[in-house]
Amino acid sequence: MNALGSVFLRREAGIAVMIVLFCLAVGMIRPRFLTLDELRIILLLTPLILIGAMGQMLVILSRHVDLSIGSTQGFAAMATAMMFKFHPEIPWYLGFGVAIGVGIGLGFVNGALITLFRLPAIIVTLGTLNLYRGLTFIISDAKQIDRQFVPAALKGMSTTSPIFDIPWIIFMALGTALMTHWFANHSRIGRQVFALGSNPAAAPLRGIRVNAVTLMVFMISGALAGLSGIMYASRWGFVNPSNTGFGFEFQVIAAVVIGGVSINGGVGSVLGVTLGVLLLGCVSAALPLLGIPGAAQNAIYGAVILIALLIDRSVRQRGIAALALRRVAA
Amino acid sequence: MSMSGGAPSDTVSALDAAAPRPRWQVILIRPETMTFVLLVLAIVVSSLLSPYFLDLTYILASFTLYAEFSLVALVLTMVIIAGEIDLSAASNMALSACLCAWTFRAGLPLPLALLVGVGAGILMGALNGLLVIGLQLPSIIVTIGTLTLYRGLAQIIAGDQSIRLPDYFIGINTWLVAGIPVPVLLFVVLSAVLGFLLSETIWGRQIYQIGTSVIAAQHSGIRAKRIKFALLVAMGFASSIAGLITASRLGSVRYDLGLGGELQMVLMAMLGGTYIFGGRGSILGTFLAAWLLAVISTGMTTANLLPATQLCVLGVLLIVSIIATNLIYSRTQR
Amino acid sequence: MLKKSLLAGLALGLTMVSSALAADPLKIVYIGKNTGNPYFDSITGGFKDACAKLGCEFQFVAPATAEATSQIPIIEAQIQRGVNVIAIAPNSPDAMNQVLDKAREKKILVLAVNGDLVGNEGHRDANILPVDFTKTGPNQVELMGSLIGYKGDIAILSATTEAPDQNTWIAAMKDTLAKDPKYKDMKLVATVYGDDQPEKSTTEMEALLSNYPNLVGVIAPTTVGVAAAAQVVQQRKLADKVHVTGLGLPSEMRDFIKDGTVKAFQLWSPYNEGWLASYFADGVIKGTIKNEVGQKFDVPNLGSVTIGPKNVMNTQAELTKFDASNIDKFNF
Repeated sequence: MNALGSVFLRREAGIAVMIVLFCLAVGMIRPRFLTLDELRIILLLTPLILIGAMGQMLVILSRHVDLSIGSTQGFAAMATAMMFKFHPEIPWYLGFGVAIGVGIGLGFVNGALITLFRLPAIIVTLGTLNLYRGLTFIISDAKQIDRQFVPAALKGMSTTSPIFDIPWIIFMALGTALMTHWFANHSRIGRQVFALGSNPAAAPLRGIRVNAVTLMVFMISGALAGLSGIMYASRWGFVNPSNTGFGFEFQVIAAVVIGGVSINGGVGSVLGVTLGVLLLGCVSAALPLLGIPGAAQNAIYGAVILIALLIDRSVRQRGIAALALRRVAA
Repeated sequence: MSMSGGAPSDTVSALDAAAPRPRWQVILIRPETMTFVLLVLAIVVSSLLSPYFLDLTYILASFTLYAEFSLVALVLTMVIIAGEIDLSAASNMALSACLCAWTFRAGLPLPLALLVGVGAGILMGALNGLLVIGLQLPSIIVTIGTLTLYRGLAQIIAGDQSIRLPDYFIGINTWLVAGIPVPVLLFVVLSAVLGFLLSETIWGRQIYQIGTSVIAAQHSGIRAKRIKFALLVAMGFASSIAGLITASRLGSVRYDLGLGGELQMVLMAMLGGTYIFGGRGSILGTFLAAWLLAVISTGMTTANLLPATQLCVLGVLLIVSIIATNLIYSRTQR
Repeated sequence: MLKKSLLAGLALGLTMVSSALAADPLKIVYIGKNTGNPYFDSITGGFKDACAKLGCEFQFVAPATAEATSQIPIIEAQIQRGVNVIAIAPNSPDAMNQVLDKAREKKILVLAVNGDLVGNEGHRDANILPVDFTKTGPNQVELMGSLIGYKGDIAILSATTEAPDQNTWIAAMKDTLAKDPKYKDMKLVATVYGDDQPEKSTTEMEALLSNYPNLVGVIAPTTVGVAAAAQVVQQRKLADKVHVTGLGLPSEMRDFIKDGTVKAFQLWSPYNEGWLASYFADGVIKGTIKNEVGQKFDVPNLGSVTIGPKNVMNTQAELTKFDASNIDKFNF
């Protein structure tokens, strides 16, 4: 456990160091980057991705992937927003129930297809990505829900704050991260997710109900994607059938990978993913500040992902090598 | 189960062994059949949806819109069979085309500019190969990274403008040979060549073996790393050619050339019965799937169906086809 | 079997086309930039109502994304369907040249509506714009000036760098600021692009506020951009210091006007574009309107319309200004 522990520590520390170095570097060119105001801006960029990343982390830990979260976010947001528009008498906080419920339903479909027919998750979720997006257009008749229909209290969650001028929405995201951390590390089912990912063949032999755990993982991913949907309405004030959630899955997967979660399953931590999200948030906020044209921003994202991969591999190699040495020595 | 020459009465006679699958089953119950059936179905449904659909010239001309992706999808099929994946192809197309156009505008004669584009494509494929094979990084994440990187580089080179190409180079999709547009012809020819290579040559067999089990393949003396690297370079080459063909069709080059193409290519490979984890698939399947996708997209567009419906149909189609593929593979497993 | 159905299809197709040309209901199709964009709902409304009166068949289609080439397969399909008029809000000034030429060869009337093929006008028959786009820039600058007392640093938050309408307006704005002495104390410090995406527009706006602490005004001539910019100002409670204006949809901006975040913004009536386009197309194909520069014709509700240079027509002369006094009167 000790050798593994030191590998983990090295990984998160690595990302934290990358963040600090990056911010210092940008801060030297633009001192304004290091102000509390800027921190607020960066934090406001992250809550949706953080929530989605928590769900995706669990999915990737179990050696699957969920490409449909963007469309789930869109569909859940649209369903909730339509409820706000056509039934304004319903209290706004019930919207959370609707969004999460819809997300669970969509995640259930994914999980069912994957477990019932034993299909590769990447293909199934590619299909549902298209299907759910199409359904979003259909239920909304391709019309967006304008600002005046989204309850002011909901929008207020992104502006008002209980403390330190940090809006409610950030606390929601952090709360989700904490819950995921507890679930993954301190609950039996959470540990089973890790076990399932690191060795799917051995899992049933250890008494893990593979189908049930897989189904649950996708339902959680869907639930969190749904939550991010109503958060979208809070953050931006409107819901649009083509834009809401478009490209979300790539941002989330990038954050998760940068955060040290292995694509082969079984390895990863909430802290790492949170740091990964933070790093991407810093990069997103810094680029326009530095006057880097939108043109170059994509190239930089690509480079960041590749660099994170290289670091990840070298750390794991060294970690595994250290493990091997220990075993030989012992 | 005695192997020694013991009393014949308690050994199993060859006649009692499980009967081989009937020939018609072997030929017909394969993923490619499912694709073929879907293709026929798609043609029928599209004709019913719109009377304007069933026009051979129109269908061939519409296929040119998908021909570029289809060309690359053929090579992608081989990459997936070998156990890897390359999602950077569409960005490769764009960057190759942008480099070609940019050098042309900077004064290089067109043939040289074309060589620059193709060379760049090969280099990009080699970079993928280096990262995946040399540094042993997972190909899916590497190519997600390179797809963003290449697209970004294309954005830096071309900015947000389009670079126009000379008139004599434009319109490859309108050049006809025996009534068939050139890109379609290229696609058919390439399918035939690659199909032959994959199914009839030793090299093709080796690709299947590598995809089934890299370790087993290496132990039987197959140079898995070399072959995979070659396949990734071939992807780069095919992508650059496809990029230049697209440039000719559009008449100008922009950084967002082929945006979203990687998904379409994977879709074609999956619809054609290629197994995402490697070891199974065929060129014939992808060939049919390319037509399937083109017919469906063209059919729905001709019927003026809104993108919403088209997305749903594509999503359901993918799921249905993967269920069918899996069922077929598991049933034919003995 | 294919050959038979092929021949049948061809025959059917030919009869369709020929019957359409024989003065059956006119078939008009409007190709928007992308679906889910509320702006095009208004224009479509104008088309639908006009076609109801004129007796023509109208359909609206749009691609899923607004990238440059996404409309090409749709145009090909419309040609195949034998429509009489293709009206399009182009996603690119030149990507569709080849396919539009093909349409015109088949005697289909090609109209650019709400945007033009800048630099490639030869590939379309006429252009319908809501206002004279050369005046939009100066109008916006004037509105901005009136809000900030005609002095201070301002910035522009635009959409995509390729959009021909955006570039026309920005060029005119820069020109006005440089040449008209009335604005000599106003300085344009930056032009940024939000790509018509709310997330990107927001980050660019935040960056503007951080990079230019003396900023007093932001002009966002894009409905997505102006809404995003207003939201940032509202969230950070900077409405008194930074004035946001631009081209916005009343439905999206109403909240901001009511709480004072935005004092005023401008737009036109997209509905009228669809209305005018339908009447114009109907007239040209039936022969009652000649598509020549200088021609005048009457359109119900819009009065007399003149065809300007390069075959451009406008639905109204000046931009409409929306502020607290009239914001409730509109439903788009």
